[in-house]
Amino acid sequence: MASLTVSNIRKKFGNQEVLKGVSLSVKSGEFLVLVGPSGCGKSTLLNLIAGLETINSGEIRIDDQVVNDIRPKDRDIAMVFQSYALYPSMNVRKNLSFGLETRGVPKAQIEETIRHVAQILQISELLNRKPSQLSGGQRQRVAMGRALARDPAIFLFDEPLSNLDAKLRVEMRTEIKELHQRIKTTIVYVTHDQIEAMTLADRIAVMKDGFIHQFDTPQQLYDNPANLFVAGFIGSPAMNFIPCRLVNQGNQTGVMLENKAGRSFFMPVEQHDLDVKKWLDQEVILGIRPERIASGFYEQEGNPMIHEIECIVEVLEPTGPDTLVFVIINDSKVTCRVSPHAVKAPGESMKLMIDMSKALLFDPGTGQRIENQTAGSTGCT
Amino acid sequence: MRDKTAALAGTSDPATLIGRIIVYFVLIVAAVFFLIPFFVMIMTSIKSMNDIRTGYLISLPREITIEAWVKAWDSACTGINCEGMKNYFWNSVRMVIPSVIISTLIGAVNGYIFSKWRFKGSETFFSFLLLGCFIPFQVILLPMSQTLGLIGLGQSIYGLIFVHIVYGLPFTTLFFRNYYVTIPDEIIKAAKIDGAGFFRIFRKVILPVSLPIFVVAIIWQTTQIWNDFLFGVAFSGSDSQPITVALNNLVNTSTGVKEYNVDMAAAIIAGLPTLFVYIVAGKYFLRGLVAGAVKG
Ligand SMILES: Nc1ncnc2c1ncn2[C@@H]1O[C@H](COP(=O)(O)OP(=O)(O)OP(=O)(O)O)[C@@H](O)[C@H]1O
Ligand SMILES: [Mg+2]
Repeated sequence: MASLTVSNIRKKFGNQEVLKGVSLSVKSGEFLVLVGPSGCGKSTLLNLIAGLETINSGEIRIDDQVVNDIRPKDRDIAMVFQSYALYPSMNVRKNLSFGLETRGVPKAQIEETIRHVAQILQISELLNRKPSQLSGGQRQRVAMGRALARDPAIFLFDEPLSNLDAKLRVEMRTEIKELHQRIKTTIVYVTHDQIEAMTLADRIAVMKDGFIHQFDTPQQLYDNPANLFVAGFIGSPAMNFIPCRLVNQGNQTGVMLENKAGRSFFMPVEQHDLDVKKWLDQEVILGIRPERIASGFYEQEGNPMIHEIECIVEVLEPTGPDTLVFVIINDSKVTCRVSPHAVKAPGESMKLMIDMSKALLFDPGTGQRIENQTAGSTGCT
Repeated sequence: MRDKTAALAGTSDPATLIGRIIVYFVLIVAAVFFLIPFFVMIMTSIKSMNDIRTGYLISLPREITIEAWVKAWDSACTGINCEGMKNYFWNSVRMVIPSVIISTLIGAVNGYIFSKWRFKGSETFFSFLLLGCFIPFQVILLPMSQTLGLIGLGQSIYGLIFVHIVYGLPFTTLFFRNYYVTIPDEIIKAAKIDGAGFFRIFRKVILPVSLPIFVVAIIWQTTQIWNDFLFGVAFSGSDSQPITVALNNLVNTSTGVKEYNVDMAAAIIAGLPTLFVYIVAGKYFLRGLVAGAVKG
């Protein structure tokens, strides 16, 4: 177990700057997930932490030691790759023992380690098979086993589940989480699947274009995203973004929503923040999650933040427990999560309740949140 | 793919059938066309001189004799000395084995470096090396003979070996590089994290999956070097001539009658090793040319 600190690192390939000043700190035993769209530099960051690439500037520390110039093998890390990267000519046993043999671990101890790891990952029967004789899920286990066998201070995972089918991915996700709870080793885990990030992480770093946009706990990211990108990236189905105008009505501040028929509804916003006042009578973007627009909520009577709006149902997407209802508000498509028995047929008008207590406002120019964000979340740039 | 051909074979569509017949006809004609000269060579080599004088080129031998083979191997005259092809055959063997082994091994390491341990400028370096594939033999004859003279390897079998290694490197390097780029880089990264260095990764991870491309490189180099004539003529001494040069001398030595049967036997002896290599390893050759290193 070890802590990991990444301070302001930059990485260029040729004259393309892939990482533009990234800082992170991972506590000992913490499960950090790096999430972001394809090509944003996640693997590059992981390779830098592993020492497989050299950084252009900045500093990487494992515990208190600066490891910038320390070679991969001496950093006490192990890595699981997206393609698993098993040694094709070696059987599973050899794959597991290669790193240990290279380090001169005594034979008896290697045997013991392999037995132990194989048992944890349930691959004891596969020890004599070649990687080409394994299924995707089995290869994935072996790749994890190879990392486990080394018993490193830090695990690096680069999209280890992305080559598995959906069902297996969910199973392995749970297994990885259980594994972490058991061994409690520091983990840095890369994925571009936000559900994986939410379910696994102690903390998530959301990356895009070589920057970390937000670094926070899953719940904070979900409730308090720092900008439009994070808000849209985390959560499925994605948060609704509705362009609207901030106005005063009576003694309340709120936004105007207009349905397809041209009827307007006033929705108040929380006013614990003075910043909002600066945006009066200007265009803003209202961010509201699908589950906050429903046929009704518990204890909605008398709740000042829950209001009704009437819309024409456009499309329905039943998911089982809920049905996703698509409506048009302010000329943009809005997803609502409605309980199946309350759903109206497409073309019919439907009354929906909007819970504005979790609604967010964004600056349409910069994409940043307008309100003061509660709890210590930080946009990094 | 296999399903498709199976389906085709089972079809009774007359157009396909006619197409098939044409294809087989062309293939058979081509095979006969290429095999006839070899057939004639073998037949001629087991005829007696008398038989040759009185019969036709393509007529079958009236009696079979291995006299010509014995003479070609043991006592035919190549220029002034009359000891047959045997010494030159062994000269070629002594030349081919080290040059093939060394050029293939260096090519493997080169290919490993150019694909997995790229350095600043390595692509440019590789392009220059590839130019070597396109330099005609004739161009380097004079400078090379001067170089060999300077380093004291002129007119010797070691000089020949040296030339063949140098000339073979661009090809072997190219083969190995193109094969190794199909091995995912992540495997190398994994091995680095596992603590292995340059040579340990090469020995334990890369070499064990390299058999197909070794076969390709070895066949290619063996046939190239065994069949080479120009370097053999230019750089060998009188006691280090390879078999191709000796064959030429034998055929051109005119003492009395032209012994076609001896010529043919000598030519077949000169060609047998390459034929042998293809028959033994030929099927791996094609497989190796098209194979990627890591399946699945
Ligand atoms: N060795 C390299 N040479 C040049 N450019 C590179 C190299 N490795 C990565 N890049 C570039 O750096 C950027 C980030 O790549 P990286 O592999 O880190 O993305 P990623 O976030 O891991 O994406 P994915 O989710 O698709 O794996 C990409 O634009 C890529 O083209
Ligand atoms: Mg990646």
